[in-house]
Amino acid sequence: MSQRKKAVSASQNKTQRRSQVCLDEDDEDAHFSQITSSQVQRAREHFTPVQIDRKVAEVVQFILIKDQKKIPIRRADIGKHVIKEYKAIYTEIMNRVCRKFDQVFGLKLVEIDPKNHIYILINKLEPIHGEPVSMRPGNPKSGLLFVILSVIFMKGGVIKENLVWNTLKKLRVDPGEKHDEFGDVKKVVTDEFVRQKYLEYVKIPHTEPVEYEFRWGLRAEKEMSKLKLLEFVGELFGQDPQSWTQQFREASTAETSSQRS
Amino acid sequence: MSPPMGDSHKRFLQTMMSNGIISASRAAALHKHCCETHGAHYVADRLEEFINIINAHLQSLFMHIRKGMSEDDGLEYYALVNVTETDITRMASDYADNELELFRKTMDLIVDSESGSASSTDILNCADSLQTKKLKKKETEHVLNKFVQDKWLNEKDGEYTLSVRCIVEMEQYMRTIYQDLIKVCHVCHNIALQCQMCENPICGIKVHLPCVARYFRARSDPRCPECSDFWPHEIPEIPHSQSQSSQSLPSSSRESTAPTPSRRSRRS
Repeated sequence: MSQRKKAVSASQNKTQRRSQVCLDEDDEDAHFSQITSSQVQRAREHFTPVQIDRKVAEVVQFILIKDQKKIPIRRADIGKHVIKEYKAIYTEIMNRVCRKFDQVFGLKLVEIDPKNHIYILINKLEPIHGEPVSMRPGNPKSGLLFVILSVIFMKGGVIKENLVWNTLKKLRVDPGEKHDEFGDVKKVVTDEFVRQKYLEYVKIPHTEPVEYEFRWGLRAEKEMSKLKLLEFVGELFGQDPQSWTQQFREASTAETSSQRS
Repeated sequence: MSPPMGDSHKRFLQTMMSNGIISASRAAALHKHCCETHGAHYVADRLEEFINIINAHLQSLFMHIRKGMSEDDGLEYYALVNVTETDITRMASDYADNELELFRKTMDLIVDSESGSASSTDILNCADSLQTKKLKKKETEHVLNKFVQDKWLNEKDGEYTLSVRCIVEMEQYMRTIYQDLIKVCHVCHNIALQCQMCENPICGIKVHLPCVARYFRARSDPRCPECSDFWPHEIPEIPHSQSQSSQSLPSSSRESTAPTPSRRSRRS
């Protein structure tokens, strides 16, 4: 059960493993789409309600553990490690899992990659005023992330990495030094936040020496309310959020489209 | 059927999930904060009822918010535990196999000991004879730090004890593994690692230090509750906030009620 070992070896042979994983996933995923309704019926009769309840609980646990580390969850992994022989009733189990997340935890399982069927858990609860980032309470890094996301957003959605480092330096967080709270700041920002899908750290082509730029990651898009972020920036500068017309327009559009989902 | 969970309950549960364990006084403050945030009806001192509603819904997921007492400060804590765990699987996703083996061995040392603690020297010796893969001195120190940071162990002057989180979460596992070998407190009937013992050789009951403090409060002639022999140990003071009822709200000087952004910058 040493998932940590798996993660270590995965990063070591990334390219080799990626092709292997894709193969496995294709097999796993293909299975999902080939299930017939009679198979579903038979499965439902074969397993007792108690057994199915148990499976739902196991899937919830599995997703919670992955999400605790902010690792996106692959449908193939859920199938391989948890659902296993119950695959025929995968849809029914997942429906109940989603209901549990909603009714008990106030969380929502969202597909961030429809092609590869990758999910994340986002918070459905309204972020509290004074707690503008909808992250898990008690995390000191959320403040750091919030600042970076704000800068990116206010500057139009993509910025060169230097701007991030300079902004942080002004706040006495120097990526070149070890920070008391955050440790290796550069690693947290370019590795941890990127892996967790809060940021994207992309090479700018044809730059010599190589330069990188930052954008919002998929999880930030889903979790962060741009409107609330703009309100907070407004408070910081003592300005009406609407005074930044372009950002306000973008934030309002994002708000209405996320409310629809 | 249990009443449905409101947003206040969900927020409480989410906070429990990210913290793993919180003190009873913080739980009371959190209860107030969650109710006020979502406009739910709030009654002070009804924390147990509030948590019972959450637990009713957690039952089908084999999870539970459990209350336990810390052996160190005698205060009560609430931990979110996984009810099905019959092993230390809770830690499995965070540690390598040999690190888990070291933890089990450390737990063995602590349970075996009279003091309910294990010295770093003894733990280092274990690290050298692991079956999975040996850990070097620096690696062992690093892992021990991680155990302390993740709130599984406490460390003081080079001695390691099991944290309240560890005992509350793994009580089931420990009772299964150690059976009669594990000490149990005569007063509260929970696992007792750091405790005082009756010196009467045919009695030998164990009592937690905080339980001693409460049981022998204001008694000039302390006697063993089982055999009535004189209790020869120093009676500790009752922990500070236990002099009020365990459910009362914290005094305003101790704790702020709402998590504010500045508070979040402290590691909880």
